[in-house]
Amino acid sequence: MGLLTNLRDSILRVTDGLFAADEPKRIGIYGPPNAGKTTLANRIARDWTGDAVGPESQVPHETRRARRKEDVEIERNGQTVTIDIVDTPGVTTKVDYKEFLDHDMDKEDAVRRSREATEGVAEAMHWLREDVDGVIYVLDSTTDPFTQVNTMLIGIIESQDLPALILANKTDLSESDVTQIANAFPQHETVPLSALEGENMDEVYTKIAEYFG
Amino acid sequence: MPGATPDVDGGDDPADDGVRIDMISGARMEGLTSMEKIRLILDGVREGNIVILEEGLSPDEESKLIEVTMTEISPDDFTGIEIETYPKPNAGNKSFLDRLMGRESAQKLTVIGPANRIETLHKDENLISTLVSRQ
Ligand SMILES: Nc1nc2c(ncn2[C@@H]2O[C@H](COP(=O)(O)OP(=O)(O)O)[C@@H](O)[C@H]2O)c(=O)[nH]1
Ligand SMILES: [Mg+2]
Repeated sequence: MGLLTNLRDSILRVTDGLFAADEPKRIGIYGPPNAGKTTLANRIARDWTGDAVGPESQVPHETRRARRKEDVEIERNGQTVTIDIVDTPGVTTKVDYKEFLDHDMDKEDAVRRSREATEGVAEAMHWLREDVDGVIYVLDSTTDPFTQVNTMLIGIIESQDLPALILANKTDLSESDVTQIANAFPQHETVPLSALEGENMDEVYTKIAEYFG
Repeated sequence: MPGATPDVDGGDDPADDGVRIDMISGARMEGLTSMEKIRLILDGVREGNIVILEEGLSPDEESKLIEVTMTEISPDDFTGIEIETYPKPNAGNKSFLDRLMGRESAQKLTVIGPANRIETLHKDENLISTLVSRQ
């Protein structure tokens, strides 16, 4: 008994040491479908590790399961910040497989895709309560940010006391309205960018280092 | 039950295409656990009802509501929910919803309905008043 207890204690001590302060922060990329979460995750991963996270698509719910890229080392001002980025499916309160039928898919495919999507959203919500250390919330700056889902999600993130960086994406498009996003969430800093064109990524990385470092 | 007086819970007849509203008071919710609240809401919504919560859910409960909703979505049966919250109305200016609940200003009214029946629950009292008047 005593031996086992001692063994357990020493294992705990060793693992405690292993998972101490240097453990990379797990940063969840959240936001509505099609905001550009995967495009951003891929850009961050490519810029700092050389490979991508997953496919980007105009078909909603392309990212059905959360995808992770571990140990992304971002260098800012001589300091290195190590994060795990988790690209999540867009959060929604409804999924209807019939919407996928418009995208050249038969019923079986559409049903499977919607099932994966619902599982992915459930998982992403669970993670938000249990498993992330910070959030990058991506919004498409050409669309109205005042949606119920955005308000709810920001409220959930705030209630978890997680550091949250709001990104106003797609600034390359002429309809982009960054001010509207900033006004929607005045309690947070909003950083504009184009994840597709790579505009303003320097500021994005500086803020990531500042918020999650 | 004699005397078919229209009641708020009307529409027990499945052939009746009317909208049924489940109004859940703050007092009713008070003693429930998060999961009990979510069950109460989803049971109502899955019957096709519009559920109005006098006092909204906490952020944590909202997050669980989304998670449980996702696990219950199934093809040709349940496509999920629409949810809208209405901020506390200005004191003195008794809103329609206050009158509906028969009391003074509500906390954060939350309206939840089945996604396939309500495309968008607009932040518009007229819509709700229309729904209610269809009882
Ligand atoms: N113009 C423009 N399009 C973008 C930008 N970022 C993403 N997109 C496009 O928006 C669509 C959705 O992107 P995706 O990253 O899959 O969105 P997600 O659903 O949030 O993961 C794709 O067609 C992307 O090419 C951007 O900065 N500018
Ligand atoms: Mg994606």
